[in-house]
Amino acid sequence: MTLLEAENLQTVYGPGCSRCIESTGDRAGTNQCSHCGSVVACAEADLGVEAAEVLGIVGESGSGKSSLAELLALERDDDATTAGDIRYDGHDGNLLEVDYETRHDLRTREIALVHQHIRDGLNVAFTGGGNVAEKLLSAGHRSYEEVRERVRELFEETEVPVARIDDLTHTYSGGMQRRVQIARALATDPNLIVLDEPTTGLDVSVQARVLDTFRRVQREEGVAAIVVSHDLSVVRLLADRTLVMRHGRIVESGLTDRIMEDPHHEYTQTLINSVI
Amino acid sequence: MTDHATPPDGETPDDEPPDGGAPVPTDSVDAALASLDSDGVAGYNYAYLDEHTKRELRRSMLKAVAIPGHQVPYASRPMPLARGWGTGGIQASLSILGPDDIFKVIDQGADESVNAANIRRLAENTADVSTTTDTTEADLIQSRHRIPEEVLTDEQRLVLQVPITDALRMVDSSDAANRRRHAHKNYGKMWVHLYENVVEYGEIQIASRYPTMVADRYLMDPSPIPRWDVPKLDDADHLTVLAAGREARIYAVPPHTEVEPLAFEDRSFTVERFPGRACHACESTDTYLVEVSEGATESETDTFETRYTCNDSSFCEKRRTNPGIPKDHHLDREGVDWGPELSDVATDDAENATERGGNDE
Repeated sequence: MTLLEAENLQTVYGPGCSRCIESTGDRAGTNQCSHCGSVVACAEADLGVEAAEVLGIVGESGSGKSSLAELLALERDDDATTAGDIRYDGHDGNLLEVDYETRHDLRTREIALVHQHIRDGLNVAFTGGGNVAEKLLSAGHRSYEEVRERVRELFEETEVPVARIDDLTHTYSGGMQRRVQIARALATDPNLIVLDEPTTGLDVSVQARVLDTFRRVQREEGVAAIVVSHDLSVVRLLADRTLVMRHGRIVESGLTDRIMEDPHHEYTQTLINSVI
Repeated sequence: MTDHATPPDGETPDDEPPDGGAPVPTDSVDAALASLDSDGVAGYNYAYLDEHTKRELRRSMLKAVAIPGHQVPYASRPMPLARGWGTGGIQASLSILGPDDIFKVIDQGADESVNAANIRRLAENTADVSTTTDTTEADLIQSRHRIPEEVLTDEQRLVLQVPITDALRMVDSSDAANRRRHAHKNYGKMWVHLYENVVEYGEIQIASRYPTMVADRYLMDPSPIPRWDVPKLDDADHLTVLAAGREARIYAVPPHTEVEPLAFEDRSFTVERFPGRACHACESTDTYLVEVSEGATESETDTFETRYTCNDSSFCEKRRTNPGIPKDHHLDREGVDWGPELSDVATDDAENATERGGNDE
């Protein structure tokens, strides 16, 4: 069953003109329009996510991965002009056109985003537990004990030391903060989690534990995920299917194994060769 | 060149110029005082504010009543008092006072504080109203930080002075973000604040400005009244207008509006408790008490004693002459539940409870 289906997603920074799309992308070799100077962060992006499936998005820095992820997670950037059509299972209409309240509701209950930057995703003035509780309280939970119990459960599930539950978030290590973000994302049992660069800034052993935790939890909870990373090994570890992006376009897509073993696009070939 | 203030000859109006506008000699203070032959309010409009200002304030108040708990902007004029000293309350009071009204002003429960006395005098001088310290006699009560102990009726209006208008500022200093939250009734962040309060103290410990939902829509800062007073706003018979001068916002709780302090299902809202304490002057145990440190005896003013006393001084006065008088003594009905229940006192101090039982008989 298809959980989310997106067509023709587009994010443009700058004034934009009628020739932006034709003058950018893989063939043009740039993401900046030569006519008006706008940056086409992503365009002509079609994708679908099945329930409980993990979709990887890889590409070099500046290829439009995060822009695409933000669109899919219904994150708004007021500086950008966005377009496209996102259909979501059980919801009528285009998710990009819903009003603030519906969007807030969807983001609280259905689609969670784990931000690349901790400060975007967590309120460091709150305790770790408070950050996770915020999701539950926003969703209308009003029993302190129940919220407390659920937060504890999520800390255990994501392997954050429960003893640190009432410490301020800025006292947590980078890996713990990342896991608290994952706990927060899982709090209201969403159907889709978007992870933006889940391993940035973490050392290798912590990376491994965060990914391990996420993979286990993702399978246990049966939640679908979109994992954005510049790191091929992250995507190889987590994703069932993978999209490769360059210059704001999806240049290749397929099963992760196929992409890794038999890359078709020239850029993908270079990418994989440069890693392995 | 130097006398701009004096109109040129021939243009002086026939009637006497108002003495409020006459120049005051500045050579010496004595001379200046001697030259005054009135209290200097002549020339001012009725109730100090001009009619347009009053009309604007009333309009804002009507809007505030129409959208309970919503903060309505108004112009907030400069007043003969620094902003932050009750200018919002004064403007609200002066714009709805009429010559037949009886006005009461309290500051932290006391009628005698300098600020309360000054505000009262301003209204007396400019709006020609009579004033009182008796809650039951007043038509309009302006208050800072307290709601009187005696039950207010549907004939009365309460104006509360407000220093900070937005309850959400406790958790986010951005007014723009907070306005968006109000627009969408998005109070998750405030709930986290309460959650962390329980984590830290085992119960919600917000001493004053307790975040309160009005008519299940807007989160309201009920001004720095103690938690003790918050339940009095729920389904009240009187109108409460909350006005902030510095922030230029007015909001209101109309009569019979649902007012609910935020709390968890299993960590309910609690008011202040004074187990085993009674007012040293009137022996009340069902009023909001404050700790005072006073000279133990008249002769020994350097030895201090910590005692508890009623915060509402005018009601304390009444209880002193008429012990045990209920908070709704002036009403025909029975069992008005104004203010918190006494269960805490009763269980915490059985002896005290028995004594009171004896008094009742």
